[in-house]
Amino acid sequence: MSEESIISLKNVNKWFGDFHVLQDVNLEVKKKERIVVCGPSGSGKSTMIRCINRLEEHQEGSIVVDGIELTGNLKNIDNVRKEVGMVFQQFNLFPHLSVKENITLAPIWVKKMPKAEAEELAMRQLEIVKIPEQANKYPGQLSGGQQQRVAIARSLAMNPNIMLFDEPTSALDPEMIKEVLDVMVDLANGGMTMIVVTHEMGFAKTVADRMVFMDEGKIVEEASPDKFFNNPDSDRTKLFLSQILHQ
Amino acid sequence: MNEMNEVRKPPVATTGIIGWLRLNLFFNWTNSLITLFVIYCLYQFIPWILDWTIFSADFKYNYLGEQITNQEMCSRNLDPENGGACWAVIYVRFYQFIYGFYPKVEVWRVNVAYVMLALALLPLLYAKLPYRKYFLYFTYIFPVIAYFLLNGGLGFTEVSTNKWGGLLVTLVLGCTGIALAFPIGIMLALGRRSKLPVISMMCTLFIEFIRGVPLITLLFFGMVMLPLFLPEGIDMDGLVRVLVAVTLFQSAYMAEVIRGGLQAIPPGQYEAAKSLGMSYWRMNLLIILPQAIRISIPPIVNTSIGLFKDTTLVIIVGILDLLGIGRGTLADTNWLGLSYEIYFFVSLVFFIFTFGMSRYSLYLEKKLKTGINMGAD
Repeated sequence: MSEESIISLKNVNKWFGDFHVLQDVNLEVKKKERIVVCGPSGSGKSTMIRCINRLEEHQEGSIVVDGIELTGNLKNIDNVRKEVGMVFQQFNLFPHLSVKENITLAPIWVKKMPKAEAEELAMRQLEIVKIPEQANKYPGQLSGGQQQRVAIARSLAMNPNIMLFDEPTSALDPEMIKEVLDVMVDLANGGMTMIVVTHEMGFAKTVADRMVFMDEGKIVEEASPDKFFNNPDSDRTKLFLSQILHQ
Repeated sequence: MNEMNEVRKPPVATTGIIGWLRLNLFFNWTNSLITLFVIYCLYQFIPWILDWTIFSADFKYNYLGEQITNQEMCSRNLDPENGGACWAVIYVRFYQFIYGFYPKVEVWRVNVAYVMLALALLPLLYAKLPYRKYFLYFTYIFPVIAYFLLNGGLGFTEVSTNKWGGLLVTLVLGCTGIALAFPIGIMLALGRRSKLPVISMMCTLFIEFIRGVPLITLLFFGMVMLPLFLPEGIDMDGLVRVLVAVTLFQSAYMAEVIRGGLQAIPPGQYEAAKSLGMSYWRMNLLIILPQAIRISIPPIVNTSIGLFKDTTLVIIVGILDLLGIGRGTLADTNWLGLSYEIYFFVSLVFFIFTFGMSRYSLYLEKKLKTGINMGAD
């Protein structure tokens, strides 16, 4: 099994000061697998996926992404970041650049792609997220849902093998959540390896291969969606589900 | 139902000139009273200042029609009832005000440099200038050209900097100080925020030291102390020493201004740039600095204007800038007592430059704001 793993976390520990955010986290993700991570706020789920592209540093254990171990080696970190795309809760588009420039910037400067080619690529990515007509606008002129789709297009333009989503719909107005989730479902159906931190349980049920439930820095439960939603092992998971589904 | 289709206009009393006057000048009785008072003051002041500076003033000849060569010939000194400002002093000393003691045969070089400075500024001022790219290349090499042109070398006769003066010195100090301090300030600001403790500490120490010392002290330091640190036999030019002091001073201030801008950039911008695989320098050059500098335009221009005016302090170390020439002229027995005219002229020249800078900053702010909503992200 593990030889197929594209992401492998072994006994990962991390502290913020004295606060033990990640406690012996173990996670194996196979190629093309879709993982949905959920859990109460402060449970360490964002920190965990931020460790995977080294936006946060882990202090103990090992993280291997696509055969590259994440250490202090800057070269390795750069290589991992080229493999891994990330979408943030707050979109984090570059407000001083147009939508098209947001997407072409990294291909041109990091991958040394010629400008014309990068622009073509940007338009293709914007078609995929269904907003090619917004190419020349600035982020501030777009709705939240459109901004998040641009952010997805920007990540995809680097042609990553893995996509990380850190609560991509949490900052959106309810009527815009669907347009972003639709894009993510398309992406999942296209065979992208994805780790998604989200509370959108409908999305989790349709897309996830595996559910990961975290609480207080630990992975409490790992199960298929079917088992996770209908017959979870831990009481903590049951409580969480009853609260989040409030039915 | 009919009125649904009508386009309702705002009340007449709030639009047009009448509306504007009512809303802004005569909104209530205190407002009206203040308006009337200000109008009265302007009515008293404007005719007087126009009369003094223009209508009753001497430009070259006094009211008897003689060409003025000293202060005793000014109309207002011949007949206190008759006559306003005596601009003849500016006319007679104009050369010194603009060029200092630059030799007359070589003065075309300064004129060429002035014209080139205007050309070099052009692409910075107008983003839509045709062939802007080529103008920008010229802007980059202009300092080198200006150096040989003004100082000599490459076939030009050398003109020692102690012959420079007036507006020439003011512009050389102001432009060089601002132009050099900007990149140095950026490096210091980034350095101060660096995660490497040695770099961050060195930058902080430098900034705090330079900022904690008055510019005059730095000027004295440059004049007296700097030569002691240089190897024997190397004599640093006086103007260069002052330039070093002015640039260091300005860099420290610029660094803090830009650091302020950097702090306003949300951490998400760094994370997004990093997650796209950008290196530290690329992230800063392409993502962080363009936004940070944009935010800091008003304080950047503010400190630049401050420096431009502070260059007058070089008079302390014996360099005659525009104000220095003015004070020198005042000390001349021929022109004793004409301080109004001289200070008015010097102020006017400074005002023209600083007001231009201030307008430019407004233009930049407006231009860069189009379509960008920094807060929305």
